[in-house]
Amino acid sequence: MKARVHVMLKNGVLDPQGEAVRHALGALGFEGVDGVRQGKVIELDLADGTTEAQVNEMCEKLLANTVIESYTVELS
Amino acid sequence: MRAAVITFPGSNCDRDLAVGLEMVGAEVTRVWHKDSALPEDIDLVGIPGGFSYGDYLRCGAIAANSPICAAVKAHAEKGGYVFGVCNGFQVLTEMRLLPGALMRNAGLKYICKTVGLEVGACDSDFLSNYTAGQTIQVPIAHHDGNYTATPDELERLVGEGRVAFRYTDNPNGSDRDIAGITSANGRILGMMPHPERAMEEAHLSADGARLFAGLLGAMTTA
Repeated sequence: MKARVHVMLKNGVLDPQGEAVRHALGALGFEGVDGVRQGKVIELDLADGTTEAQVNEMCEKLLANTVIESYTVELS
Repeated sequence: MRAAVITFPGSNCDRDLAVGLEMVGAEVTRVWHKDSALPEDIDLVGIPGGFSYGDYLRCGAIAANSPICAAVKAHAEKGGYVFGVCNGFQVLTEMRLLPGALMRNAGLKYICKTVGLEVGACDSDFLSNYTAGQTIQVPIAHHDGNYTATPDELERLVGEGRVAFRYTDNPNGSDRDIAGITSANGRILGMMPHPERAMEEAHLSADGARLFAGLLGAMTTA
């Protein structure tokens, strides 16, 4: 089984990299890009039977820094 | 004072930190990240600057979970002194020994220069050779030094007198100009600037040496 973890900066935490991407898109002539937030996707290959709770624990302990980041988990 | 300086894969200021501590008279043991115990009777653990694990995942995140860090946490919980510089500060926040987090610099650029720091009114042995409100000169060299914490946490840090150093001219977007903070008991200090690179006049500032000498002096008289 696989899990896909999305890690994003929490709402309200300024994302300087996303802002830089937004400016660059504007410079390329793309109009109307009002906001860009940059995060990361982490794909995990997991032993069958791994629970969502276990993946959440991985996120809490390592994959995300919950001081500044939020995460979502997709199991497939 | 007996100190242990930890080396992670990718640490590059470990020797500087060890030499800086030795210059003021500390006895320093170098410790490898895979060790599971600190030497006995250690007073201070130094977590150096650098790029532990290539800054993979997040700066300091992998190092914070390495074998030695359980021993560092136990040392801190017993009231031991812990000092994290630059990547070491990032490791301490990832270990949750200090609150908040260090994000990418607001200007997105790596910054390497000497900056002014205002010393905070902090009850900490690390600051015993400084006067609250004075300005010292210490170099920074980082890409991810933009300190952030929740508004409540920032209020608490300021209210409890735990802001050890503030930038006089904020280079990286840090909340409240914060360059360094202490734990509630004053025994843990994390800071982005590098006092171990300001040890003698040949470094253009010897202000960093006073931090190490102050700590040693406070521990000797205690």
